[in-house]
Amino acid sequence: MIPAHWAAQGPGVGLNWNLVQDLRQLFEFHFMVNAFRAGTVVAVAAGLLGWFMVLRAQSFAGHTLAVAGFPGAAGATLVGLNPAWGFFAFCGAGAAIIAAVPRARAGTQGAGFSEESAAIGTVQAVALALGFLFVSLYHGFLNGINALLFGTFLGITDAQVGVLVAVAAVIVLALAIGGRQLLFASVDPDVAEARGVPVVALGVAFLLLLGFAAAEASQITGSLLVFALLVIPAATAQRLTARPAASIALSVVIAVAVTWLGLAAAYYSSYPIGFFVTTFGFAAYTLAQIATHRAGGRQA
Amino acid sequence: MNLRSVAADPTAATTAPTAELVDATASLGGRTVWSGVNLTVEPGEFVAVIGPNGAGKSTLVKVLLGLLPLAGGEARVLGRPPGEASDRIGYLPQRRSFDPGLRVRGVDVVRLGLDGDRWGVPLPGLGRIRRRRGEDDRRVDEVLRLVGATGYAQRPVGRVSGGEQQRLLIAQALVRRPALMLLDEPLDSLDLPNQAAVAALISSICRDQGVTVMLVAHDVNPILSSLDRVVYVAGGGAVAGTPHDVIRSDILSRLYGTPIEVLTTSDGRLVIVGHPEAPARNCDRHRQQG
Repeated sequence: MIPAHWAAQGPGVGLNWNLVQDLRQLFEFHFMVNAFRAGTVVAVAAGLLGWFMVLRAQSFAGHTLAVAGFPGAAGATLVGLNPAWGFFAFCGAGAAIIAAVPRARAGTQGAGFSEESAAIGTVQAVALALGFLFVSLYHGFLNGINALLFGTFLGITDAQVGVLVAVAAVIVLALAIGGRQLLFASVDPDVAEARGVPVVALGVAFLLLLGFAAAEASQITGSLLVFALLVIPAATAQRLTARPAASIALSVVIAVAVTWLGLAAAYYSSYPIGFFVTTFGFAAYTLAQIATHRAGGRQA
Repeated sequence: MNLRSVAADPTAATTAPTAELVDATASLGGRTVWSGVNLTVEPGEFVAVIGPNGAGKSTLVKVLLGLLPLAGGEARVLGRPPGEASDRIGYLPQRRSFDPGLRVRGVDVVRLGLDGDRWGVPLPGLGRIRRRRGEDDRRVDEVLRLVGATGYAQRPVGRVSGGEQQRLLIAQALVRRPALMLLDEPLDSLDLPNQAAVAALISSICRDQGVTVMLVAHDVNPILSSLDRVVYVAGGGAVAGTPHDVIRSDILSRLYGTPIEVLTTSDGRLVIVGHPEAPARNCDRHRQQG
């Protein structure tokens, strides 16, 4: 394992403002190459699913799924497993619970959002409480909790990258097959249902995929800053264009860009990656807001 | 009844009704909404479905779409059981408007009506798919022109007016060349000029495209002159008749339980005066049935 703050203190690792040399230095170490691999894969998955999450106004569900990863990772560490498995298990379980809730309101068509929000909030509170319990049970864990909540890019193994790639591949494949139906079901559920689109099943499948995307992103940005990759790129892209295909592509590009910038910035400084990814995302979002605002009220 | 040729699909035999209910019963959550309903809609007809709130107008639409199975009796739509012909039905649900923050263009909403239920995503560069996309593009342009929505179809759908959204949704329902259009209160929440314009659009679609139209309405005045038939749903049943049979002061007053007057203008048009949706009356209804 590489100790924290290694990047800042290690010999020869400092910004020279020579782009070629800095870039070569960035990829000099295998852990950093792995960080870029993992970050890219995670950003693609989050950019894709985040776009649909913003479109479907399910950000609260997404946030709760991300928070659900925290007790998962803490619990996994407590029993001596890789935190990655805890992220996936708890995010997946959280998605299953949230997906089970809306079906309880069958027949009230359309009017169940407040109930759904209350249920999601409950799940989130329980998740945070459980996470805190696991952290307390595991004495001397204080250094790791920061990584779980606010992200880390150190010590990502080849095996971990493999898992991230596999899960992201499932997400991309699922969207390639059912993305258009999901778009229809998100924009216009009543008509989609009348056309035979499995609206309810797609909603459940989407939440599960979102859970997995949140679990992936948690491993780079930490549980609390998952939104940096799930919401910000998607919201920025939707701000900039209303063409679905362009908007989805832009969301992925922004997610990958802020992740790369965040990784580079974190490498050359002693501050956490979650902060940098979020800050670059926030900057992009702010610029998009200003740009579309100045482009006139017609579009905005 | 008034038989017209069905331009959209010449194979649909003019002898078979577009929609047919025989002794049909519908129930929602164990409560019978209506029962013993017999109804035949012929190809090319323009039919209005009227009745008080909670009487089961939307339920009728859902039954015809196959979204709600009948509790009794039989239903056939376009010669098949409901739900099996859904690709030849254009549906406009009773609706809220789109969220102002929805960042999807009007043209995308229309296009989803065409290909939204297909699996897979279109990949550029594949010849066959590209040809189909070209056809799809042309069809979308065509319906946008038909409903007069070309000017604002590129704007985010949440940002156009209610009347413009309604035109886009009619284009969406029309884009697959349906044989039957089921429109659930398409004139609601529109101002008077827009009501008249959208009503004229719908009746011209019915006549020029030969599409059978069933339209749920609170206020039939804007469409009264072009209606072939009126189905009124009330009191646990439904009855159909020509506008002159149904649109009468005594029948409408009984139907809504509130005084309604039907006047005939000098050029022979019917005009309905009164408050068919008196709030107090509707509260009563729901309490009795619930």
